[in-house]
This record gives sequence, structure tokens and C-alpha cells, in this order.
Amino acid sequence: MGTMGHEPVPCTIKSAVTLQVGDVRRELGRPGVVVIDVAFPQPIDLQEMVFKNYYAAFLTMRVQRRRSLNRGTEGPLQWVTCLQDYCLMPNPHTEDCSQDYVCLSRDQMFCDVDHVATMRLILRQPSPVWFNFSIEELRFYAQGQKIPQKGFPSWLSHPSPQEQPANLHEELPNPDKVSSEVQKMWVLTEMLQASQTAARIGRFDVDGCYDINLLSYT
Amino acid sequence: MQLDQDTGLSLTIAQIVQRLKGSSLHSQLERQARISLHRPEIKLESLKEDIKEFLKTSAPAEHIKEPLSYMRKSQGSWEKRILKSLNSMCTELSIPLARKRPANEQKELLNKWNEMGTDEPDLSLFRPVYAPKDFLEVLMNLRNPNYDNGDQPSFRNHLGLIQVPLKIKDIPELKDYFSELDLNAGQLGIDDSTQVPPGWLKCTFFAVLAEQDSAAAQQYVRQGCPTALRAELWALILNISNQSEDILYYEQLKSNVVQHDLLVDSLIYKDVKLTASNDDYYFVFEDYLYQVLLCFSRDTSVLEHFTYNSATPPKSYIRGKLGMEEYAVFYPPNVNFKIFILSVAPLCFLYHEPSKLYQIFREMYVRFFFRLHSISSHPSGIVSLCLLFETLLQTHLPQLFYHLGEIGAQPLRIAFKWMVRAFSGYLATDQLLLLWDRVLGYNSLEILAVLAAAVFAFRAVNLMEVTSLAAAEAVLADLSTLKVMPLLQIFLFATVT
Repeated sequence: MGTMGHEPVPCTIKSAVTLQVGDVRRELGRPGVVVIDVAFPQPIDLQEMVFKNYYAAFLTMRVQRRRSLNRGTEGPLQWVTCLQDYCLMPNPHTEDCSQDYVCLSRDQMFCDVDHVATMRLILRQPSPVWFNFSIEELRFYAQGQKIPQKGFPSWLSHPSPQEQPANLHEELPNPDKVSSEVQKMWVLTEMLQASQTAARIGRFDVDGCYDINLLSYT
Repeated sequence: MQLDQDTGLSLTIAQIVQRLKGSSLHSQLERQARISLHRPEIKLESLKEDIKEFLKTSAPAEHIKEPLSYMRKSQGSWEKRILKSLNSMCTELSIPLARKRPANEQKELLNKWNEMGTDEPDLSLFRPVYAPKDFLEVLMNLRNPNYDNGDQPSFRNHLGLIQVPLKIKDIPELKDYFSELDLNAGQLGIDDSTQVPPGWLKCTFFAVLAEQDSAAAQQYVRQGCPTALRAELWALILNISNQSEDILYYEQLKSNVVQHDLLVDSLIYKDVKLTASNDDYYFVFEDYLYQVLLCFSRDTSVLEHFTYNSATPPKSYIRGKLGMEEYAVFYPPNVNFKIFILSVAPLCFLYHEPSKLYQIFREMYVRFFFRLHSISSHPSGIVSLCLLFETLLQTHLPQLFYHLGEIGAQPLRIAFKWMVRAFSGYLATDQLLLLWDRVLGYNSLEILAVLAAAVFAFRAVNLMEVTSLAAAEAVLADLSTLKVMPLLQIFLFATVT
């Protein structure tokens, strides 16, 4: 949720490659596996990825990352599986969740997804009833990105504990507090008045008629 | 929706807000929001934007309405067809879409507000915008471009008229879902017709009403409602309290009706005359129907349900300002008004005060009935209901299904008109209200498809002997003697598959 205001990380998404046993031209069955490679210009610490599903049933994700060794030196690039057969469509023969938007965060993955250089997405669709399957609108968000100007005010993320209603039987409320509250309400009404349009309600009356065109097709 | 937290969250929020509207909880939340505004950390200028950012999802609004793109397209072209039909009616008859009534006409309408049925305007030139069978044709032609129907008949073809592979419940899932309807559970609609009244059920309902517990009411109503308490229980489940602001709102709508005349009003008049006036049970409520439906067509709060309805309301522009968004106005959603009429009429048995009747109908519409005439993949949408009906029949009675298909009397052609009207106008009223108890209790329309299949199962012996569509329709013409609950129980729990 917190990354929705962030910018996605730039990456190169290669075109999907279908995998099939035997000669693609002569085989009558459908390829049930598609592989999509994603390359990052800079290694990223993955926080979240978002995509739109298009009839893919299961997702396996492998990342190539560079582990940093104990003495601060960089280790070799290694491939590791961070998601295995993640279910995107609970009923692969039916439309259930077939075109849903999916969001996966690092907490759902098997392993650490820091310093990721390349990613391989392996999509499987065991049902033969679909012509094509893939994922679209792939976007990645990295950890620790600079929060843009429109950050969430703290009061939204951390609601304050419930206030007890003032018990008026004991004592009168603090006049300063009351006056500041009233002032705030006044500012709010002023804002509302300022943003109101000058037009009257019923501004569509033309010579006393509600004059509209035919219904629009767009 | 699986782990798409953002889309799921905002949709849930929208649905919760919709359900809370008008309830005491809603006003409590408003009060709390007002108190929160006093806190110093909240910046008033950016308040709206902050909240919008916080709740923004990664899915576009149209995807929340309907996730499948080919269904959205189909709904869009169906709507265009209806708009074309309405526009052409408008130009042919030279009647404006909307006009302000002159003062004397307004006064006249106000005087006879309670007896609009006595009017006999000339409506012969108006024709209905569409018939249910036109809509069925559209649903039959729905195809997913990514789905391989195949040339040879195989497991991937559906043998019925609906050819989209939506997920529907199978019989074990239905048995589990409707477990409260089991043979072992007492049902109102069966057990109250014996000599010993089920007093235990009635005690529970009184307790629920005393506590004003809407969720408990919804749970208990799955086993039916006692007739005397039905009006209150339904109002509790739908969160309708009919407070003074609601009555005021209704009066406001009434004054809108008096001031402006819409083209759809004439269509409403015509459909009420054709449908309700000729019906043995509903003709007494003709005047109520006008009062509710004319107001409904002017109620802009109904526009809010379009956030989760796959349909879009028709739009028009003030003359001379075509394409300018600030001069766009919405027109009432165009539907076959017969469906509306038949949804309102049974409610007239329960509610006698026009403003309460109006609110109950509006809430039932934005929760359930709108799904019966828009194309969507929702489990309670008409497409899913049709597929569920066909699949149930095919599984339970394959011989009957095959036989009817061979003679050109596909079962859906007959059952469609029952489902699209939620059986109103076909069942006896007390049976219909028992059925709608379960619709409210389970918050789903799937029971309509199950009942349709149960009716076919009940008349299977006669249907196996027919040789034409007309004969099949004759066998299934009269449902007024059927008892809904025994049929459902036998079909779900007592049939050997």
C-alpha cells in the first residue's frame, strides 16, 4: 500500500518465450510454459511488484542476485528461486481471477530479494482451453526509495487513540480549546464557500426548459 | 481477487460505505470525522488529496466494475444499442428527452399524485426499448476471444446456450453454500404449514429485532421469515430506517417528478399498464408503482452504484454544449421497465408508506436486481446464473437437457425470463417472498438458478414427452401452484445424481 505513490523502477522486459517439447510447428498441443526475462540497469532491492494477469495460472520467479560476502567484497551472481508455483488462477479452466491485478511484496517471497540484477518469470497454464497467456503492465518498486512530495500524513498511517468524550458535568471545557476548534470549523466553511461555483442550481434551464441533446454514445 | 490488496481494499471500502449509508453507524462515523478535523496535524487544504492518495489503487475504475475486458466491451455495445433505440424513438415521435412541465400541468399532477392509474394517456406509439429475448441473444453471443471453443464437440464446449467459461458452483459446493436449507433444518415455508407452529424460530426473530442486529437477521432469514415480521426484518437487513431526512429526500424526488417530464416516464406508464394492471395480484398497486418508479428515475444517488455495476449510465449534453463535460448530465439508466415493475410490485405487499417502499426498492435494486440486466462476470450476474442453470440441468437431468435441445426448446430460452425477473409475476406472492428471503439471507441471486433447475426437474416427466418449444412452454407456463422450499430441498439434498 505504501508504495503506491512511488515511481516504478526502470527495467527492460524482454518478450515472452514459449517453451515446448518438440517442434513448435508440428506439435498440436499448446505450449503450457512461457518465460519472461527482466533486466535491471542497476541492481535493486525489490520491495514490491505489480502486474496484470492475462490467463496465466501459476507463477514461478527466479532472481539473479549478487550476494555481498562477509568482508564487504561482492560475491558472484547467483540464481535463486524466490517464488514457486504461486497460484494466480485457482480454477485454470474458468475465468476466475484471469484478468486480475496482482501485487506481490517481498514478504511473500521465499528468500531475500536484495541486489537483484535479473529476474526470470516462469508462467504456467496447464489448461489447453486458452489460446494465449501472459502478464502485462509489469512494474517493480524498490525498497527505500525517496518518498515524493505527496507523502502520507502521519495521522492517516497512525490514527491516534480514541479520545474520551469530554465529561461536561465535572467542569466546563477549556475556552481556548473550544475557540480553536470553532476557528478550524470556520476555516473549513470558508474554504467550501470559496470553492463553490457561482452558478445557480437549475443552471441548465433554458427559457424554463431542461434542454438536452440526444443521448451520447461515448 | 487474491492478493491484490489495493483493489480488493478499495472495492471493499466502497461496498462497506454503500451498505452503511443512512444507518446510525454512518452518522457515528461522520461525527467522528468531524471531531478528527480539529486535530492540528490535519491540513485542511490537502485533506481531500491526502485521502485520495492513500486510497488510490493500482487498478483502474473500470477494472473494479468488471475485470474481464470482453465483457466490458459487450456491455458497452449493448448499451449503445439501447441508446440508439431511445434516441430514434425520441426523433421519430418528436418528443424531447426531458422538458419542464408548465405550471398548470404541475398542479394537475400534484393533485392526482395518489391516483395516477386513472390516467389514460395515448401511449400506442411508444414501444418497449428491448425485450428479454433480445438480451438473451446478446448473452448467447458472448465469446471470450482467448477461449478455444474448438471445432469438434469436446469438454471445452458448453452444451448449452452460454459459451463463456465462468466459475460456477457445482452441486457439492451448492449443498455446502445452502446448508441452512438442508432437510434437517426447519424452514418457514414448509414447517409452518403443519399444525405445530415453530415457536422457536419466532422467538429468535423477536430477539433479533429488539437488538436491531442486522447481521444476525440476515443469518436467520436464510430459513425464512414469519410473514408478520418480514417487513421489519427486511428493513433491518437493508439498513433502512425511514428517518425524517429520508422522507424529505423522497418528497424532493416527488417535486422533481412534478417539475420535469422525461421521455422514460411515458415508457414507465406504458409498461405499468401492460404489466401490473393485467396481473391478478399486482393490479391493486398500480398507483404505488407509478409513485415509486417515477421517483426512481430521478434519483441521482442511484448513480453511485455504477462504481460496481459493469454498466455506465447514459449521458447527455445540454443543447449547444456537446462534449463539454461541465454541461454533461446523466439520464436514468435504461432498462426494460417490466423488470423494474415486477421488482417493486411484491414489495407493495409489505410496505404501505411510499417513502419506505421507495427506499426498500432502491436498496434491493442497487444490491441485487441491477445484476440481472447488465453483462458481468459476477457470480450473481445474469451470465453466471444462466450458466449455473444450464450446468445444473445438464448434470442432474442429461436426458431431458439433450431432448429439449434436440427439439429446439433449449431450457434457457424458457428459464431466462423467470430469472431475469427474479420469478416475480410467475410464482404466487407468498412463495416469491419466501424465495426473496433467501436472496437477502445469502446476499446472492444464485438461488434463482437453482430454483429454475428444480422446476424443470419437477416437470421432467411431462417435458420428456413434448416435441416443440411451444409445447414445452405450455408445460411450464403456470408456476403459480408451486411451493418453492420443498422444490429447492428436494433438488439440492434429496436427488440422487
